[in-house]
Amino acid sequence: MWADALLALRLFADDPHGFGGVVVRAGPGPVRDAWLERLRSALGPGRAICRMPPGIADDALLGGLDLPATLAAGRPVRQAGLLARAEGGVIVVPMAERLEPATAARLAAALDTGRAGPGGTPARFGLVLLDEGQGDEGVPTALADRLAFRIALDNIPPHLAAAPDPDLSVAEPGAAAGEDPVATLCALADAFGIASPRASILALRVARALAPEDAGRAILNAARLVLAPRAERLPEAAPPPEPPQEGEAQQPSPADDGSDLPATPEDQVLDAVRAAIPPHLLDALLAGGPRRSEAKAGRGGKPEAVSRTGRPVGSRPGDPRRHRLDLLATLRAAAPWQGLRRSADPAGAAQGGLRIRRDDLRIRRLRRRVETTTVFCVDASGSAARERLAEAKGAVESLLAEAYIRRDRVALVAFRGRGADLVLPPTRSLTRAKRGLAGLPGGGGTPLAAGLDAALSVAATVRRGGGNPVVVVLTDGRANVARSGEGGRARAGDEALQAARAIRQAGLPVLVVDTGARGGGARTLAEAMAARYLALPRSDGSAIGAAAKALR
Amino acid sequence: MPPFPFSAIVGQDEMRQALLIAAVDPTIGGVLVFGDRGTGKSTAIRALAALLPPMAAVAGCPYNCDPASPADLCPHCAQGGPRKSQKKPVPVVDLPLGATEDRVVGTLDLERALGAGVKAFEPGLLARANRGFLYIDEVNLLEDHLVDLLLDVAASGINTVEREGLSLRHPARFVLVGSGNPEEGELRPQLLDRFGLACEVATPKDIATRIAVVRARDAYERDPEGFCATHAKDDAATRKRIEAARKRLPGVSVPDDALEQAARLCLALGTDGLRGELTLMRTARALAALDGAGRVTNDHLLRIAPAALRHRLRRNPLDESGSTARVERALAEVFS
Repeated sequence: MWADALLALRLFADDPHGFGGVVVRAGPGPVRDAWLERLRSALGPGRAICRMPPGIADDALLGGLDLPATLAAGRPVRQAGLLARAEGGVIVVPMAERLEPATAARLAAALDTGRAGPGGTPARFGLVLLDEGQGDEGVPTALADRLAFRIALDNIPPHLAAAPDPDLSVAEPGAAAGEDPVATLCALADAFGIASPRASILALRVARALAPEDAGRAILNAARLVLAPRAERLPEAAPPPEPPQEGEAQQPSPADDGSDLPATPEDQVLDAVRAAIPPHLLDALLAGGPRRSEAKAGRGGKPEAVSRTGRPVGSRPGDPRRHRLDLLATLRAAAPWQGLRRSADPAGAAQGGLRIRRDDLRIRRLRRRVETTTVFCVDASGSAARERLAEAKGAVESLLAEAYIRRDRVALVAFRGRGADLVLPPTRSLTRAKRGLAGLPGGGGTPLAAGLDAALSVAATVRRGGGNPVVVVLTDGRANVARSGEGGRARAGDEALQAARAIRQAGLPVLVVDTGARGGGARTLAEAMAARYLALPRSDGSAIGAAAKALR
Repeated sequence: MPPFPFSAIVGQDEMRQALLIAAVDPTIGGVLVFGDRGTGKSTAIRALAALLPPMAAVAGCPYNCDPASPADLCPHCAQGGPRKSQKKPVPVVDLPLGATEDRVVGTLDLERALGAGVKAFEPGLLARANRGFLYIDEVNLLEDHLVDLLLDVAASGINTVEREGLSLRHPARFVLVGSGNPEEGELRPQLLDRFGLACEVATPKDIATRIAVVRARDAYERDPEGFCATHAKDDAATRKRIEAARKRLPGVSVPDDALEQAARLCLALGTDGLRGELTLMRTARALAALDGAGRVTNDHLLRIAPAALRHRLRRNPLDESGSTARVERALAEVFS
């Protein structure tokens, strides 16, 4: 493992931009420091290593106006961005697992084009992403896809990193000269379920760098370095992997296990790559866990922590390049000093104009209140006793009465008979809610799946609008009408669970209030939704309301 | 390094066809490309722009105005003065995720406001994209209000700025190309509907195509100039095809029976509103022009219908099959 990390380092230092970069998955520690120190010396004095501060602003990244210098000089002073300064060198990104999607997108674009910023300044750099993530956390996939190497340093003993470099000979016994490296690498990528063609392209680049005269001779190393850490699945009909031995040379295993088929060169490569898959990844693959649908998705869609839209709530000193400038407040801040500043600078006095300094700049503070919308999903069927409906109405009204003060909203979906209805679209109007609820009929079958679908769709709309939806389901969980409107307990139950899992995937906070006397179905449903469960065989509206409030 | 040649792109026929149509008729309303990573979406767009003939633009105009068009719309050219013509490559502007509204629409020129006390407008990305392409990667992760704004400008061709005491309008006609991975978030149906064409791209499933992709990329990286030279002839042919199609487009007729078929198709699919039919007709005309045909035939409708309609279908939770399959089913019914 350490040898591979060093081999990746050597290749990367030779051509940082060509290989894109290295994802270094490791906590801070001596091994990571040793690796970075070696990178620094391999790059030499001519090529810069820049460290990217977390939460870097666009101007600092891409280049732009140097505001303090501009104000001091009274004329525009431009500064080069970090990307342009790193031209020919390397950018180290600490805590890359927390990289904002916007910054990741800019880095990816600069990697693709070799240029940065509005002026298109040359910026051919390589990236070192220090990934300190745990478990499923990781660097943005769009960016990682463009980097050739991924190394994990957490399991490497520090004494190994402190020792002098081992021999990094890349000779590959058994590698067939003249074989088509492109075909082999593509077949390998396919066998390991690697979808992005970039992986094969990068692996080919590595093979060419290792063996310029015949890339076929370095296939094994290239596949081990580039393809193994990206494996999405294990190839079928392969022997169980042996843990890779530190420092063990890649020997073609002698066919002493009595197998009647001699291993083809392709199989050898397959096995070698398999053996090089990092242990934590291997465990996940063996467990068959999904690796693709990580919750990373949608992170970019989450509302930003620092609001750039919303209601202005005054102004404060700050950097107008990252927020909206409050022009009036800036002028107000600068006005009292004009006389003084003018007399302090008699040379420029004739020029007129305002003397504005950095301290005068004011930015608008915006606040976007995230309002909570409670979506009630109420079972209005015959199996749910009539009085349940009355309780639900009571809960909605008690919530609304309070919501009126908090400016929160409430919506109500009722399902009965053959489908679900949005009885009350998200509202904070008590009058409207009362009117809508008064006419709510009860009785009929229980189309639970349709009800959950409708609740999810309302919640998704709320979330898209920047709100914070919570769902409260009141049911006994005994579905007997399928989405199609037809009866049938088995199918209806399956569909209800399916709908429940969709809600779970959406990551909504859910409360299931079991209105059934015996329980059972509703509890299973709650588990499928990862919901809080509240059994209320005899309850009142205010208790439901209190439980719903706890969800927020 | 010259950009990767358009004619060397392996596969992705539907996306290439959609981009060519947008190049012939920029008014179709943009192209949405949904699919996996690393499938050459941005490569294709850059390649297409590089292939297009350079355009004549007023020298020094930040909005790339056409010297032949009236100047009254553009705040720069309307000031009078010489309108010297200059050849410029067709711009491709990247709109990065997390771009602020200021950068997109333009804002008060802080430099000049603070330095010289002048109220001046600093043009944004929309100005730079005028007469070219605006490419948004991960459009589905873009904030809704920005997407709204972009689609509005793309439809009207004019960017109206009312902010920070500035009040102006400038031309902003561009082909909006959005791409994204649907697994990471969906676009609002209202927004989907406003894109002209929607294509799905996928990583090639068979090894032979994948090998061809890697081989082409490898050949390009090892010798960019040589690789482009070998494809220069094909690229020139495509350029001629686009230029000829642009000339032919106004004369392409749409017979009544084609209109009727389009209407029946949209009815069968239950698309909302008339936008589906309009786009279907427009894109079919552009396709006919690319083919060198004088009139739209059923064949053109058949070829373009999936891309023109698949994003306009109403969600149907009972139908598990994908939208492409539904369009194809309707096509088979209507054209049987």
